[in-house]
Amino acid sequence: MGRIVLDKVTKRFGDVEVIPPLDLTIEDGEFTVFVGPSGCGKSTLLRLVAGLEDVTGGQIQIDGSDVSSMPPAKRGLAMVFQSYALYPHMSVRKNIAFPLKMAGMKSAEIKRRVDNAASVLNLTDYLDRRPGQLSGGQRQRVAIGRAIVREPAAFLFDEPLSNLDAALRVGMRLEISELHERLKSTMIYVTHDQVEAMTMADKIVVLQAGVIEQVGSPLELYRTPRNTFVAGFIGSPKMNLIEGAAAASYQAHTIGIRPEHFDVSAEGGKWSGTVNVSEHLGSDTFLHVQGTGLADSITVRADGEVAFRHGDTIHLTPREEHIHRFDAKGLRVE
Amino acid sequence: MARAVSNRRRLINTLLAWSIGLLIFFPILWTVLTSFKPEGQAIADPPMFLFFDWTLENYFVVQERSNYMRYLMNSIIISGGSTLLGILIAVPAAWSMAFVPSKRTKDILMWMLSTKMLPAVGVLYPIYLLFIQLGLLDSRLGLVIVIMLINLPIIIWMLYTYFKEIPTAILEAARMDGASLRSEILYVLTPMAIPGIASTILLNIILAWNEAFWTLNLTAAKAGPLTAFIASYSSPEGLFFAKLSAASTMAIAPILILGWFSQKQLVRGLTFGAVK
Repeated sequence: MGRIVLDKVTKRFGDVEVIPPLDLTIEDGEFTVFVGPSGCGKSTLLRLVAGLEDVTGGQIQIDGSDVSSMPPAKRGLAMVFQSYALYPHMSVRKNIAFPLKMAGMKSAEIKRRVDNAASVLNLTDYLDRRPGQLSGGQRQRVAIGRAIVREPAAFLFDEPLSNLDAALRVGMRLEISELHERLKSTMIYVTHDQVEAMTMADKIVVLQAGVIEQVGSPLELYRTPRNTFVAGFIGSPKMNLIEGAAAASYQAHTIGIRPEHFDVSAEGGKWSGTVNVSEHLGSDTFLHVQGTGLADSITVRADGEVAFRHGDTIHLTPREEHIHRFDAKGLRVE
Repeated sequence: MARAVSNRRRLINTLLAWSIGLLIFFPILWTVLTSFKPEGQAIADPPMFLFFDWTLENYFVVQERSNYMRYLMNSIIISGGSTLLGILIAVPAAWSMAFVPSKRTKDILMWMLSTKMLPAVGVLYPIYLLFIQLGLLDSRLGLVIVIMLINLPIIIWMLYTYFKEIPTAILEAARMDGASLRSEILYVLTPMAIPGIASTILLNIILAWNEAFWTLNLTAAKAGPLTAFIASYSSPEGLFFAKLSAASTMAIAPILILGWFSQKQLVRGLTFGAVK
């Protein structure tokens, strides 16, 4: 079990309010991702849940009981750190066994659980090595192993993949998703990478300056962003936000069009401009179009076979049903 | 990329390094050589470097006249005891300053260091009176306490810099893993800080071993360590350079050997934090 409720949780560091009163419910078994730009308070929020920081006000409940003033060890949570935070002087086996040893478990049971976790994470051959003798991906797996042996109420991940190279990151992303499928435990995952958020989450919490901008499933956030911040943050490449006359013609202060929601043509369309850069990814082509009079640069995601080059004139037509409209305050208009 | 160094330049650097090294080592070498000279040749002018009548007589005389073993034991007990006591106090102190700092932590560290700026003689009189009152004069216990206190700021500073190098995330991981404060210090912090603690211990033993001001002023016949042993040979009645040198050699030999075998730890301790 691991239902986590944040009730008017606040955090101040001296005079600085990092988290203004915040309410959030994370259901048992849910994979929740906190996402936002650096300094948005997502890591602080996770550390409040973990108990590594004390709340200034409000309450944190795990499965109905108030844990706000409990030390981390008593909360029944396990955490995977960005820097892995392995114990460098202990073997992999001792690292994974450490929380069990602290819990006073019998050595036979410890061995059984460690061996089990090691086989799940493909670490069996490395049990006698020290963390310094492992690669980044293996170290991260040890950190995860140390978390899973405890069978915690919930897992907390603090940007666990940001120290890994791109290829490894994709692999580990999948492994963590599979782990969630298998364990069905509550997981809170902090990242600044919206791709990780989109691909892994059941529920995404978008944060900015300690305030929740929107909570929802990845597709909800993609399809109906509540404001221009979420609209710009979720989705890659970013949504084009257009102000001025073009927006006014849709009775909005700002309109948002995702790069994939344009039809492109060399002959004619609603708007026209010049291709500045075209990035060929094979499956897709990203075109950066200038001189449209809409915004400094409009990003368009076109088919991989499209053959526009620098300096070519291009005509763009937005798909009307996918245009997002926002008012002067940046809030969504239906 | 390594900087390009010409062979000529390298030769000059090597010669320079050796000359400086020998210059620093020379007083010790001269002391050792003098200890093997007959008293007359020890003060010969011009000085005799290697071609003198080698003799062990000074060592026999020194051993006959004073009880070397007693001084040695006192030195071991005083330097070992003050170091052990200092470490026991300094580890928790440095831990709290490194990992739960307050607004005043930096000030407290500076204040501790500032006590080293006061000339020792400035507090000799009060401490001497205190020692009389407490009956600690000429006792090993008294010296253990005083020398521990003298070196405590340095021990705390050294440990503090070592502890600062340990990533906080590892200690937080231990806390998440259910470690109590005691387990955290015992199983995680201390093993990771062992190299640092070891070099702190070594440096402190050397400092305590060579401490002369307090040992000379607060001891008489009973608790005097090797510094007092050396001092007893620099008598105003006459200069016995060879015997003084023999006594000095016997006094510094143990610590020189300890230092030689723990060079790596010591160098690491003295330059720690300079490079990651």
